[in-house]
Amino acid sequence: MAKQRVKFTFPPHLVQEPIIWRLGKEFAVVTNIRRADVTEDRGWVILELEGEMEEIERGIRWVQEQGVRVDPVPGDIVEG
Amino acid sequence: MSFAKNLRCRECGRLYPLDPIYVCEFCFGPLEVMYDYEALRRHVSRRRIEQGPATIWRYADLLPAEGEPVDIGAGFTPLLEARNLGRALGLRHLYLKNDCVNPTWSFKDRVVSVAATKSREFGFDTLACASTGNLANSVAAHAARAGLRALVFVPADLEAAKMLGSAVYGPLLVAVRGSYDDVNRLCSELAEKYRWAFVNINVRPYYAEGSKTLGYEVCEQLGWRAPDHCIVPAASGSLFTKIYKGIKELAWLGLIEWRKPRMSAAQALGCSPIVEAWDRGSFDIRPQRPNTIAKSLAIGNPADGYYALKVLAETDGCGVAVSDEEVVEGIKLLAETEGIFAETAGGVVVAGLRRLAQQGRIHPDETVVAFITGAGLKTAEAVQGSLGQPVVVEPTIASFEAALAQRQGALPTARG
Repeated sequence: MAKQRVKFTFPPHLVQEPIIWRLGKEFAVVTNIRRADVTEDRGWVILELEGEMEEIERGIRWVQEQGVRVDPVPGDIVEG
Repeated sequence: MSFAKNLRCRECGRLYPLDPIYVCEFCFGPLEVMYDYEALRRHVSRRRIEQGPATIWRYADLLPAEGEPVDIGAGFTPLLEARNLGRALGLRHLYLKNDCVNPTWSFKDRVVSVAATKSREFGFDTLACASTGNLANSVAAHAARAGLRALVFVPADLEAAKMLGSAVYGPLLVAVRGSYDDVNRLCSELAEKYRWAFVNINVRPYYAEGSKTLGYEVCEQLGWRAPDHCIVPAASGSLFTKIYKGIKELAWLGLIEWRKPRMSAAQALGCSPIVEAWDRGSFDIRPQRPNTIAKSLAIGNPADGYYALKVLAETDGCGVAVSDEEVVEGIKLLAETEGIFAETAGGVVVAGLRRLAQQGRIHPDETVVAFITGAGLKTAEAVQGSLGQPVVVEPTIASFEAALAQRQGALPTARG
């Protein structure tokens, strides 16, 4: 089993959508929220995803397709 | 010797041993190195520092590494009084911290020197990073010096010329197909899977501390006093926050008198998530897709953005974002007034400084330090096409004088 720590940033129109619930329901991925800041018009959530690596990657791709930005927890790693 | 005591979560305050870890296991907040300041206070002195080497390692007591430094000469770069640029901008006490002259021509040598030293101390055999320029150059160079394997990840569409400054040191260059986001995600996964020292992931708490040395040096070079105002280029926001931490530490240790400097951050408009949040009056960073010639500052989702905003607020600083045209003007203005050819980040700082001075947001009598963090030959293409063309002449004095008269409208005074 693999673990992946990620940050989801939600655009305004997705704040009310149960994206994380659907991620856990539709993919074999356990979601574990550690920190979040969500208001009515924006939000971010830092969470850990646990499952087979391929399933985690599939789940992340689906989350991105919904319009959520997915980043590594330490922010951008590629530096100038 | 190092007085580093532990790592502490910047969010929840939990403490951790000095291991190669970077996030809090509970809240996934970033970890930061803490020191035994009481013991440090008894140990360090201006004299002890002044007797140290002319590199960042003169501040070894204040850095989190114990082993023999991986030292290719990073740091203790010139602090120059910039009278010409100051006159042009209406600032009477302007200084330039010229980090162009580091071994791989950028401030990254400071952070990587600390990261490489700590990585060797931890027993890693591989030093890794993901970078499009300065960081890659520095990691490859320091790994070579340290006898470590270097792994440098770059986006596959990076121009060959950009890879040269790293390739020469013999690293394994890995060109990743896909977007910046894909490279980010891959490196994050690889850092979890392999036991490498990824300088800005698992050794980031130590790596970031290297930037404090810019704050130390400026104070020491000003005669052991803090400047009134610092203007710093912001990418991840780490450099900005650590310069401030460095200045505060010197005051805590009694090495300078505490006068809170104003800390101002400069970004390129095409990638300015920190300044955008600041202008909105928010501490919530909205990630951006970078679109600027200032590639060394092109971090759309800055790791320390929130902490940079806190420093801006705490110090009554300014956030300033400048267009790419202003960046080029800034590079040229710095070169033409002070003889320093900076890369685009330097252009961002000088253009930002000019804007703040014009708007009266910097007092003419403030002691201002502008941080010039990388050398211009790395981004020569930024100014190509905007420079004067050479005067072409036949190999005769008449041809020279005719051409010069045409260009300048006056001939130089002949000898005798």
